[in-house]
Parts: sequence; C-alpha cells; structure tokens
Amino acid sequence: MATIQERQEEIIEEFSFSEDWLDRYQLIIDKGNEGEGIDVKYKDDQHLIEGCQSKVWVNADLKDGKVYYQGESNTEIVNGIVSMLVYILSGNTPDDILNADLEFIDKIGLKEHLTPTRSNGMLAMVKQMRMYAMVFKAQLEK
Amino acid sequence: MLDINNIRKDFPILTAEVNGKPLVYLDNAATTQKPQCVLDTIIKGYSNQNANIHRGVHFLSQIATEAHEAARITVQKFINAEKNHEIIFTRGTTEAINLVASSFVRSDMINNGDEIIVSAMEHHSNIVPWQLQQSIKDIKLKVIPFDDKGVLDIESFKSMITEKTKLVSVTHCSNTLGTVNPIKEIIEIAHSHNVPVLIDGAQGVPHHKVDVQYLDADFYVFSGHKIYGPTGIGVLYGKEKWLEKLPPYQGGGEMIKNVSFELTTFNELPFKFEAGTPDYIGSTALASALDYVSNLGLDNIIAHENDLLAYATEKMKTIEDMRFIGESTNKSGLISFLVGTIHPYDMGTILDKLGIAVRTGHHCAEPVMHRFGIEGTVRASFALYNTRDEIDVLVAGIERAARMFRKKK
Repeated sequence: MATIQERQEEIIEEFSFSEDWLDRYQLIIDKGNEGEGIDVKYKDDQHLIEGCQSKVWVNADLKDGKVYYQGESNTEIVNGIVSMLVYILSGNTPDDILNADLEFIDKIGLKEHLTPTRSNGMLAMVKQMRMYAMVFKAQLEK
Repeated sequence: MLDINNIRKDFPILTAEVNGKPLVYLDNAATTQKPQCVLDTIIKGYSNQNANIHRGVHFLSQIATEAHEAARITVQKFINAEKNHEIIFTRGTTEAINLVASSFVRSDMINNGDEIIVSAMEHHSNIVPWQLQQSIKDIKLKVIPFDDKGVLDIESFKSMITEKTKLVSVTHCSNTLGTVNPIKEIIEIAHSHNVPVLIDGAQGVPHHKVDVQYLDADFYVFSGHKIYGPTGIGVLYGKEKWLEKLPPYQGGGEMIKNVSFELTTFNELPFKFEAGTPDYIGSTALASALDYVSNLGLDNIIAHENDLLAYATEKMKTIEDMRFIGESTNKSGLISFLVGTIHPYDMGTILDKLGIAVRTGHHCAEPVMHRFGIEGTVRASFALYNTRDEIDVLVAGIERAARMFRKKK
C-alpha cells in the first residue's frame, strides 16, 4: 500500500507533464471521471460541504484502523480535486492523515483554491476530511 | 461610430494579461473598468483639493465643496432631474434602496397590512431591504412573475395592484436575464392608482438614456462603479415631494439643522439624507465618468453595445447545446447562458484560464434561478470598450471548455 507521500508524488509527477493550465485542468477533470464518487445514500445534507457555487459530499469509514473516504462534487473541477484527495488519503491511519502535508495542492498549482474566499469550498473539504480522521483517532484511543 | 481601439487606450487595465493571455473583460454588469480621467480625478482630488466639505470656511474646503456640488449638478443633468437637490449621493444602488425602504416604511405613507410590489427578476438588493422592513411594519411583498423568455407579465402586475399597494419597486434591466423592462408603462400603471415607483437602475443607466422626468419615476437609483465611476458612490434620485415626506435614514453630522438633547431638527434636501462626511472625491470622480460617457455620446455607446449583443447572440447560437437564460426581444448589456450540463463554475474556471473574465453563479438573483430550476448561469456582460474580436475569443473559449467537459460522454 502506497503511503500518502508516495501517492502525492505520483500525482505531482503526472501533472509535471502538462504544459499549460488547460492541460492541467483537463487532467483534474479526468481524475474526477476516474474517481469512484460517493454512494447515493451519502448525498445528503449531513455529508454536504457547500461552497458558494459548488457542492461536495464527503463520507469516511474506519476499517481495521484505517480511514476510507468517498467524495463527489456537482462540478467537474471540484470533483477532480476531491477525487485526488480521496485517492491520496484513503487507506491510511488517522494519525498519518492528520500528519500529512498536502503539498500536492500547491505543487500542481491549485493553491489558489485553498483560500477561504475561494468559492468552491476546497478548504472546507480538506478540513472536513481531517475532521473525520480526528474523530476516528479519538474512537481508536478509547 | 466609436473608435473602440482608441477608446481602449483610455482604460489602463485593459492592457493587462491574465494567466498569460490578454485580458478579455466581460464582467461589466458586476463592475466596469475606469478610464484614465476618472483615475486622474481621484488623484487630483486627494492631491490638490482635499478638505472636508460644507463646513470649512477655508479655501480648500470651499473648492472641495464646489466640486461635490458641481458633481451633483452633473448627475442631475445626466438623468435630467428637475432639481439638483433631488440627487442624493449614496454608497451605491444597494444603499439607495435600503434608504428608501427604511425611510418609506418608517413614514406614515405605509401601514401594517399594506403591500409593496417587486418583480421576480430583482437582484437581492431589491428584495432583502424590503424584507428587513417587515420587522418594523407588517408589510407584504407581492411579486410580478415573468415568462420563460424572461419577460415580465404586465397583465398580472395590473391585477395585483390594490388600495393596499403603497410602492412598486422594479428593476430597469435584469442583471441576470438582460431583460429591459417597460418601466415607463409600469410607472404609468402604478401612477393611475396613485402608487409611486422606484426603479433600480444599476443595469439601466450604463446602457440607456435615462430621463427621470420623461419616465416620471418617483425614485431612480444607480451605482457609480457600473458606469465607469469609482466604487463606493451611487445615486438616489427622488422627486422632491417624496424626499420631503420621508424621514431621515441615518443620523449624524451634515444632516441636521439644530441639535439639542431635547429636540433635533433636520437639514433640508439633499443634506437631510447625507449624514456624515460624504464621499466627495467619489462624487467628483463619478461626475468625471458621466462626462466621459457624455463626451463619447450615450447614443454611440448604446449602438455599439447593441451591436456586440446581437453579434454575440448570433455567434453563441452556433455552439452545440447552447441554452440562453433570458430571451426577451428587448435585452441589453449581457447574455446569461448554459452549455449542456456543464456547471457554470466549471465553465467560468476554464474561461478564466483563457484570460476571459465572466461571472458565474446565481448573480445575487436566486429567485430567477429557482424560476428556471437551475443553480446558476454563466454571464458575459458588455461595456463600451468591448470588441467583436473579444466576442470571438469568448466563443472560442466556450467551445474549448465545452470540449474538455464533454470528453467523458
């Protein structure tokens, strides 16, 4: 099983071949199309992270001490971003997730999506995924 | 005919590059860019004639006061108001509507159980100020519907006016659909029932000749920044008879005649409604913007923008799965659209990467989105400095973006 860092590097490597912004966004869109999305039953208000213009649903399960995420958005670009986050973080322990430095966001040029004023809710999305890890960590330590 | 390439040189920002591409600025319904003369007026104002107005006896205060009051007359002439004290400077359209809403509802001209009519295509700033007043008096909002093309149902408007109707507040042009409403007809109908009318001119003034006396509008409001002026300055035009009847909006300096702890009396128009230090640099810069527009000739600007609208509409029609939101035969300034099932946010993000600035989302008019059962649109909006070449860039950009999102199908 690849570590968070290895998966990040794999993605950064893939993006390094894209020459311009449009190629990079095409890759993000493709990532979303390759993603597994989210179980319809989790597409509810409880799992919704609402940005001003896009919606993202995120769910997480704990199995054998590891966190497995699902995520999907109604916009293709955000869907690509959430799919990459799911790919990178899933299958790791809560501790590894909480300690992860998600440098790929910056490295593939998506840092602008992380500012609080950005309307797609990506910051809230990362926070929510960490929150799941935090809750699972507390459960495991009980 | 306007020499657009020459005119573009007046706007320093238009030479900017975005994401390595020449900027194509098509978000003019949100705000317009500023010509050099407006920027110069702001610099000159702070550099040479900055002093608080109306109260100083000293030289600087007097010339600053003169400039502010001269700006009022420029605005008066621009919209052909009868008297210059019918022009109130506000922070913008939003503040102007809030002013009227607050003062009107606190006046004795409206009582519990009375009604105010708005339309279903209003910007939130012509909905929420009235809703806020519902905590002051029990007033009811009635809403004029529009059809699938985005045209107001005037017959339905006629039938909803009752003796309880105390004000009609509608937009000149929809910021989402581009529809130009028949405001003269609306005003005539309302007046036949002795009901005053407020016109939200935020999208009207930049694209139309507005003559408030010809329209017989009771209130007409607009923002400076949407007509090449600075942000933070706007205009409330009100007929003297209504402004006299309305109580002040905000209290403070400038708006009083005498103050004591027992009794405060208020200043006369327009100062009654301009509490505190007004934005006298903003007002002079707005006047400079209006002069700029007048010098180019509003008729020329309108003809150019209508050409852009017609050209863009024809070009965009050829894009596969293009859907226009707002198809009135009387439109101005903008095109709202969707392409297939592509989310507006996705389209806007890719266009941005191509250097094209458009607006995406609900455009602060969520009821319009509900009417069409959509979450948002992409909106391209035009100004006097846009060109057919830029429309071509937009159309190519939309097609490019559409290919990216259609790939998976």
